[in-house]
Amino acid sequence: MRGTLYNAVFAAGITLVLTCLMLGVQLNAEGTALTVQGADAERWIWIIAGIALVFFVQLFSPQIDAFFGRMPKPNLAALKPEESKWRVIKPWAFSALIVGMLIWPFMVSRGAVDLATLTLIYIMLGLGLNIVVGLAGLLDLGYVAFYAVGAYTYALLSEYFGLSFWVCLPIAAMLAAFFGFILGFPVLRLRGDYLAIVTLGFGEIIRILLNNWTDLTGGPNGISGIEKPTLFGLEFSRRVSEGSQSFHEFFGIDYDSSQKVIFLYLIAVVLVLIVLYLINRLMRMPIGRAWEALREDEIACRSLGLNRTVIKLSAFTLGASTAGFAGCFFAARQGFISPESFIFIESAIILAIVVLGGMGSQVGVICAAIVMTILPELAREFSEYRMLMFGLLMVLMMRWRPQGLVPMKRPHLELKQQ
Amino acid sequence: MLELKNVNTHYGQIQALHDVSITVNQGEIVTLIGANGAGKTTLMMTVCGSPQASSGEILFEGETIAQMPTSLIMRKGLAVVPEGRRIFPGLTVAENLHMGAYFSDKSTYEAQLQHVLGLFPRLQERYHQRGGTMSGGEQQMLAIGRALMSHPRLLLLDEPSLGLAPIIIQQIFEIIEKLRDEGVTIFLVEQNAHQALKIADRGYVLENGRVVMSDTGEALLTHDAVRKAYLGG
Repeated sequence: MRGTLYNAVFAAGITLVLTCLMLGVQLNAEGTALTVQGADAERWIWIIAGIALVFFVQLFSPQIDAFFGRMPKPNLAALKPEESKWRVIKPWAFSALIVGMLIWPFMVSRGAVDLATLTLIYIMLGLGLNIVVGLAGLLDLGYVAFYAVGAYTYALLSEYFGLSFWVCLPIAAMLAAFFGFILGFPVLRLRGDYLAIVTLGFGEIIRILLNNWTDLTGGPNGISGIEKPTLFGLEFSRRVSEGSQSFHEFFGIDYDSSQKVIFLYLIAVVLVLIVLYLINRLMRMPIGRAWEALREDEIACRSLGLNRTVIKLSAFTLGASTAGFAGCFFAARQGFISPESFIFIESAIILAIVVLGGMGSQVGVICAAIVMTILPELAREFSEYRMLMFGLLMVLMMRWRPQGLVPMKRPHLELKQQ
Repeated sequence: MLELKNVNTHYGQIQALHDVSITVNQGEIVTLIGANGAGKTTLMMTVCGSPQASSGEILFEGETIAQMPTSLIMRKGLAVVPEGRRIFPGLTVAENLHMGAYFSDKSTYEAQLQHVLGLFPRLQERYHQRGGTMSGGEQQMLAIGRALMSHPRLLLLDEPSLGLAPIIIQQIFEIIEKLRDEGVTIFLVEQNAHQALKIADRGYVLENGRVVMSDTGEALLTHDAVRKAYLGG
């Protein structure tokens, strides 16, 4: 009891200090002078109510914990059909899902398709970071740098050399992988916090470089008018550039701006499926297992003759190339990029997706990416409180499902016994 | 098979091994005993190249391996069971074993898997269980099994009896003898001098980083100084 009382007083004290500073007083500019203004009575009541809430929650925290502990948790595992049945259903379920994803955009609004495309970009990023953080256990806080490299690769190559999206896609992935390799080589002897700090720094370096290299990247003005992807040379705009043909003319249908949106969405679906397939294969290959083994015990890995530098670098490089892929597509979809799109908060969101989803779990990452992109859209009225809601979501998750939404299951193969 | 000639090893300024010379012949069990901090584990890790010897020669099957990177040494046909087992706790037994055979092809992997599961039937029972959920003895079996998966000709064992119940220690030592009979050469580092010397063909005594005595296992077991220092009088 004394412990909780102490905690309660302490937490209430901190709340008091924070709320008084942030909500209790306001600075007003009157002419050239600044005046300090206290809050009105109503606001003070809110502040005091908030402090009281914190105090009592802390005071009765054991009881509250016990209450939530008794709350029934949904048993997701029970929803899944039996192993033998699942094996039959699985391919059908996947095909149905893919077909559904391909048909769906023709039936809904343009905004929904656009949002889905954004979600797919985050899924790609989440899957890539999942290799680095979830499987190899290397905390990377500068992941957005590789995303930026991918995006700028396409934007610059398209602007200066007129290369098309499809040519740039592999180039962007390769260049991002190259940057991952360059960064990975010196820093992979670091681990934990130190690695996080260096990658964080790298993310900032790339952003600041893009911001200041005005001759090449246009600096804070960014690059606009990036060409959209084409379908075998068919463009999706009303009027096409010299020497090419537009999609609606070729097929003799009316021009509709949603065609472009749906086309972009379909590209994103295909890219996500490719990334998903490749990473899924890799995880089942010895290299995937080696990533996990390295995360679990480095000394044991070395004793088995594994070269830890090679394994870490491969994880880092593959993760980076996925981000490059996503970045290239992002630039093409947006048509405009600037360093503003690649700030630290993006890295944080992608990391949050991986952690929320459950480290190492692909299904989890996909679910978390959907939640993290769709929730802010649904709660548009509360957009000022977005960060507050992120924080709340994180705290709640860590409380109830610290292992993530869909924790990783070990993919195991049955050996046929003779 | 394994030969160390005047090996010195340093941790920064501190010298851990002083002119250590040891020979392990084909088909033998050679044991290295010594007190805490005598340099037993350092000696074993020096063979593996981490830390690397600052001077002296290490030959494995006539090839000098002293300055090679660890990852290459470990693919030469020697395997190590590190101190404290160091299995992968989150991976299943099957995956742990598979990691041991990372560099072998599929057919050798399967043959060796059957062999290891034959040696340790307990691992067969726990095949799909996560390594970290097993008992200490089972984990030690897994660690040895994992090392054997690469089909080594020389097996280095670092304190396989650490923290295990006497009956399990007995089993582990029986398996070590069995491995020797199958033709695997064994270099055993032990604190449990009595058990180790009983099965050893030859033994070395390490004190403060120096080899102070070497003889057959039997002779060391009855040697007065050894009895006093390591076998409780």
